[in-house]
Amino acid sequence: MKEIVVISGKGGTGKTSLVASLAVLAGKVVLADCDVDAADLHLVLAPQVKSVSGFTGGKKANILADRCNGCGKCFEVCRFGAVVRQEGRRPVYLIDPIACEGCGVCSYFCPEKAVEFKPALNGQWYISDTRCGPMVHARLGVAEENSGKLVTLVRNQARMIAEEEGLPYIIVDGPPGIGCPVIATITGADAALVVTEPTVSGEHDLARVAELAGHFKVPVYLCINKYDINPAMAKKMEEDALSRGIRLAGKIRYDRSVTGAQLSGAAVVEFSGGPVAGDIRNMWKELVKYLNTSEER
Amino acid sequence: MASSLTVAVASGKGGTGKTTVSANLARAAAEAGHDVFYLDCDVEEPNGHLFLKPYLGRRYPVHIPVPFIDMEKCISCGACGEICQYSAIVCINKHVLTFEKMCHGCGGCALVCPTGAISEKGREIGVVEEGRAGRIAFLHGKLNVGEAMSPPLIKEVRSAGRHGTLNIIDAPPGTSCPVIAAVKGAGFVLLVTEPTPFGLNDLGLAVEMVRTLGIPHGVVVNRHDSENSLARDFCRAKGLKILAEIPDDRRVAEAYSRGDLAFSSVPGYRERFFALLDAVEKEA
Ligand code: SF4
Ligand code: SF4
Ligand code: SF4
Ligand code: SF4
Repeated sequence: MKEIVVISGKGGTGKTSLVASLAVLAGKVVLADCDVDAADLHLVLAPQVKSVSGFTGGKKANILADRCNGCGKCFEVCRFGAVVRQEGRRPVYLIDPIACEGCGVCSYFCPEKAVEFKPALNGQWYISDTRCGPMVHARLGVAEENSGKLVTLVRNQARMIAEEEGLPYIIVDGPPGIGCPVIATITGADAALVVTEPTVSGEHDLARVAELAGHFKVPVYLCINKYDINPAMAKKMEEDALSRGIRLAGKIRYDRSVTGAQLSGAAVVEFSGGPVAGDIRNMWKELVKYLNTSEER
Repeated sequence: MASSLTVAVASGKGGTGKTTVSANLARAAAEAGHDVFYLDCDVEEPNGHLFLKPYLGRRYPVHIPVPFIDMEKCISCGACGEICQYSAIVCINKHVLTFEKMCHGCGGCALVCPTGAISEKGREIGVVEEGRAGRIAFLHGKLNVGEAMSPPLIKEVRSAGRHGTLNIIDAPPGTSCPVIAAVKGAGFVLLVTEPTPFGLNDLGLAVEMVRTLGIPHGVVVNRHDSENSLARDFCRAKGLKILAEIPDDRRVAEAYSRGDLAFSSVPGYRERFFALLDAVEKEA
């Protein structure tokens, strides 16, 4: 079984559309949407949800007003500005749940045991069926933390399903950036497909993502999306990638049918038989070839 | 103009044109005579500098406090490992191990240690670079590669905002802790979206976030296509005000790919961004 994670540095480079097309081309796969902050894959793959579970990534503090003596110890020890002091004849202390990092220090030091410290429901995750196979996806609550833990949970579930059902590929739609959720997404994956565009930002981000993947020893393959927007830049990025030991998986042209596919809830390769679909097919072939020749890990 | 205003530019999804909007808006405001401070809080992929091309002067590292153990004083009581919620410190076999990358710097372990064996040292998570692009003061944070803790760096960049200035914040994408750190306390949030199912799904999440935080907000529709009314319908249904529609214009995409500002390089865009600036000032 091979786990391919699709990431992009900067978001909005066509990562999710591409994941949907790859899933269609691969036949039956397990899909994992690890962009838990702004999940979109469900919009193309229309999952039939089979199970819903709550996600608890950490704890949060809450002051029980009837036990609090107003000593202010919690305010003093909280380093995250999450204990709010309301001035008055007698100051009142409250916890801002959005700012609370769940470190528990206030609760530990409260002399009156007035700070409850309980697991917080940070989101939900789902196992669903799609036309391309099972899909694990999630939704992090708005303004919640612990996206890295949720990503790890989604990946582990996807892996379990792939093993149980004997499916050869897991395709992971990764989050943007290079921070905590991305690290949780790529660690230990078989390949990272980096989707980028030929722009100065794309070039800049590619360098950072590639460095990150290198740091975690994940082989990197490059996809240049909309390469014809700036062919000179595309060429430059291709060469730059090669010099970093990154292989080009493919280049995809700019085509409005990509938006058309999204509007009709289809993957590009289902929606269009045109040249852009051909580009994606070629890329999948290359990728499979590379994956099957690379050493078993 | 001497009034203070902090405008954060955010979007649920990345790549909708957040940096395009923030950088062009900053240039428009500077040309309109404002003192502008551009704060790039997208510390995982800071790109504002590619468009504003500031001269970068001062550079300094940003640290978070992590525990430092004096084994001479440690009595192996295990209290530090018990208070830590992030498994960043444990006491096993008369040894205290720390996992600095997992430490949130809450300071709990140092506070509970009965013998004063724990002090704190700094661990670098990224750097801040400061500079200027003509009338625009500029500052961005760059997260070290392999680093998971972005919020403290974002807070550092964010806290540099000044009074008597128009502070423009380029926020990271998403709706969770990094974005919150960037937009909290802003006077106004511009939500940038695209008229596509993905764009609007993510706009919905971003709206939930700004409503949770209680910050006034408006929408910029990027890559607007006159044949499709998805964004307008969505905003009408959600009671959101559209402050600008930037057309799906190949010239804008090309300017972006080269690192140029549409404001200065594509005819007709000066007026568009001046109009957006006016709209923001009226709403905020
Ligand atoms: S430490 Fe406990 S008793 Fe003191 S103000 Fe905080 S909640 Fe109240
Ligand atoms: S749990 Fe930690 S972050 Fe939350 S309020 Fe208490 S001290 Fe502050
Ligand atoms: S400072 Fe807080 S997070 Fe870091 S090791 Fe100590 S208790 Fe754990
Ligand atoms: S709390 Fe202090 S004395 Fe106890 S194990 Fe930790 S470092 Fe050692």
